[in-house]
Amino acid sequence: MASPSIGEAGLTGQWRTRRPVVNHDECVAAKAGRPVCMQCWLYCPEAVIKKSVPIEIDLEYCKGCGICMEVCRSGAIEMVPETDDKDTE
Amino acid sequence: MTTKALDLPEREYMLPGNRTCAGCGLSIAYRHILKALDGRAIMTIPASCLTVLGGMYPVSSVEVPVMNCTFPSTAATASGIVAGLKALGKEGITVVAMAGDGGTVDIGIQALSGAAERDTDLLYICYDNEAYMNTGVQRSSATPKGVRTATTPVQGKQTYKKDMPAIMEAHYLRYIATASPAFPEDLYDKVCKARTVVGTRYIHIHAPCPPGWFFPTKETVNVGRLAVETGAFPLYEIDHGTFRLTGRSKTLAARGELKPLHEYLTVQGRFKNVPRETLDELQQHVTERWQHYLERDKAGA
Amino acid sequence: MAVAETQDTQIITGNQAMALAAKLCRVQVVAAYPITPQSQVTETLSEYVESKRLDAQYVNVESEHSAMSVCIGAATVGARAFTATSANGLAYMCEPLHWAAGARLPIVMGCVNRAMAAPWSVLNDQQDSMSQRDAGWIQIFARNNQEILDCAIQAFRIAQAVCVPVMVCYDGYILSHTVMPVDVPSQEAVDAFVPSYVPHTILDPADPKNLNQVTLANPRENERGVLCHGYMEHRYLLEEALEQALGVIEEVDREYAAAFGRSCGGLLWTYLADNAEIVLMAAGSLASEASVAVDELRKAGVRAGVVAIRSYRPFPKQALVNALAGAQCVLVFDKSLSYGNEGPICADLKAALYGTNTQPVVQGFIAGLGGRDVKARELVDVINRNLKEGIEPRPTQWVNCQI
Repeated sequence: MASPSIGEAGLTGQWRTRRPVVNHDECVAAKAGRPVCMQCWLYCPEAVIKKSVPIEIDLEYCKGCGICMEVCRSGAIEMVPETDDKDTE
Repeated sequence: MTTKALDLPEREYMLPGNRTCAGCGLSIAYRHILKALDGRAIMTIPASCLTVLGGMYPVSSVEVPVMNCTFPSTAATASGIVAGLKALGKEGITVVAMAGDGGTVDIGIQALSGAAERDTDLLYICYDNEAYMNTGVQRSSATPKGVRTATTPVQGKQTYKKDMPAIMEAHYLRYIATASPAFPEDLYDKVCKARTVVGTRYIHIHAPCPPGWFFPTKETVNVGRLAVETGAFPLYEIDHGTFRLTGRSKTLAARGELKPLHEYLTVQGRFKNVPRETLDELQQHVTERWQHYLERDKAGA
Repeated sequence: MAVAETQDTQIITGNQAMALAAKLCRVQVVAAYPITPQSQVTETLSEYVESKRLDAQYVNVESEHSAMSVCIGAATVGARAFTATSANGLAYMCEPLHWAAGARLPIVMGCVNRAMAAPWSVLNDQQDSMSQRDAGWIQIFARNNQEILDCAIQAFRIAQAVCVPVMVCYDGYILSHTVMPVDVPSQEAVDAFVPSYVPHTILDPADPKNLNQVTLANPRENERGVLCHGYMEHRYLLEEALEQALGVIEEVDREYAAAFGRSCGGLLWTYLADNAEIVLMAAGSLASEASVAVDELRKAGVRAGVVAIRSYRPFPKQALVNALAGAQCVLVFDKSLSYGNEGPICADLKAALYGTNTQPVVQGFIAGLGGRDVKARELVDVINRNLKEGIEPRPTQWVNCQI
């Protein structure tokens, strides 16, 4: 029998080639100062987005799928390439 | 009364850092299913993507009890859990049998039909990513016509997608529904409703799959939405014999027309190179079925 | 503990005896699927349940694979589960048989031994249960209807003691459909003998666990950094439990004898074996037939005896080494065959004796396939013929095969 724990597959944030960057000046919730919209939280397949103001994304486990960027109604999320010295060799 | 997104429970039962692919449609659905169950469920899960989501021994990635079982037996193992709980006088727990399309429409159909015929008090959820994804994208009988898979790599699948909800209708169930992670509030409400019904309940959930359907991981929700908006995957429920379209399908029926099917097909690499005749056939199939559903929705039957 | 008074003596079939035992052991979930010659077990149980003489959930499944799967689900949440099957039905549940053993669930099942197709036969042999001997189940053979009842009651206790599923095997038609007198213990006595079932598995939303996950080859750390078993260690523990079961099977039979006044012999049932030079070996009703042959041989001056396999899995290696120490030869009558090799009991016996000081000549015979009757007279003839030709190792011989 196994008990539940975060990170069963390890630090899945390491899977990413792109990571989400939130522009809180554009985020509807940040501008309103209360938890509205929250489409990113609603749709995140990994449950790594916290329904807070401002929203928080757990980059240790975010797999970089980009769904949050797609569903964001105000274009406040951008997916930027991960830079990793090892990968640029 | 549709629950609004902002009113959905915040407690997560599915923990981050699991083994699903980035952008997994099943993951989105599972999050909301577990919320709708309040975690007061016992999940019975066969060999499938969901097994892998659940984690490798000795770590689990979900905060609900899970019993893994053999591939064909999901509904039967769940029936055993139901019988056992009843024998022990334990109540208030929803027994959920949750399998993929392979484990439901193919190898699992016998056990499911048996459990449904016995009106076993369980909720059966099929998450349909339209192929045997966990083993590498081999075709199942839920794979749509024309699709290229690992076992239909050149000519594409030659036969139609099996209509599993219709098969379940032949079992006189009190609640049958289709749902999609692209419309989580509708999905959540359906699971909540199913919880309150006694006997066998069946929910068929569309699960867009980036690696298996060949689309970028960021497109999962867009693809899921297009499936509903083109009529490829209509949202409906059959509640004690009353057929009704729900959510986006309901508004489309009332106000608009379906988008052309090719808008859904062209965003997925698995439909590339499908011959023109097959595409036309698929569109016709979708159009006729939609008409049929419109009539049923109007008649409430 | 005083010997429990016999509740009554009933003249019943083997199938009725099995059903009665399950009822006395208060099974809570019964999975039922018909197959000849087992069907009367589950039919009788349905009568008990529908007439409210047995408080159990009765699940009319749609296949044997589902029957065992229902038992697995029920046993995991803590209910006492039971089913029965034969031949092709047992084969159909092969996958969940392996699962039940690997998951360490104390399910009890009646296996009414019947020939495997093709070609079709509804009649008796032991190919079905023998074909599943590697799955990790405890397999116990009953020689008559009394033993069916006694073995089944003991099975629930054995299964729970070692957390290994148990199948009680008995010959189709010869026992399943033949009436014999069976002393039936009282409900109170059986309640005292079989402890209630406390599951080792937890399926509770209040304490969410994930059971029977994919397990990697090597040990892996859990969330608290504790190194947990890999697949091989899990399987080692199953084997360890089966070896432990050797002692448990003997002990439970001893305690049963003390409580009910009857022993089935523990791991082996023996008849005139102590000073036997020629030993006949079989499992199930054939062992009883062999004892009739032994009586006749003894009259003719042949020091014959029977050593019957009661526990086939775990295989009672040491017990056999001891029981056969004085024997010149052992004639093993298998009602099945590991095709391409020899009879399973014969092969397992030879392996058990290897490297020990017990080295009788072992001769293997295939008998009674597909319901071919095996008469005591035929066994006597076989033995006399072999004595005449000289006792020496020979290739497997077939009894009364008409080719």
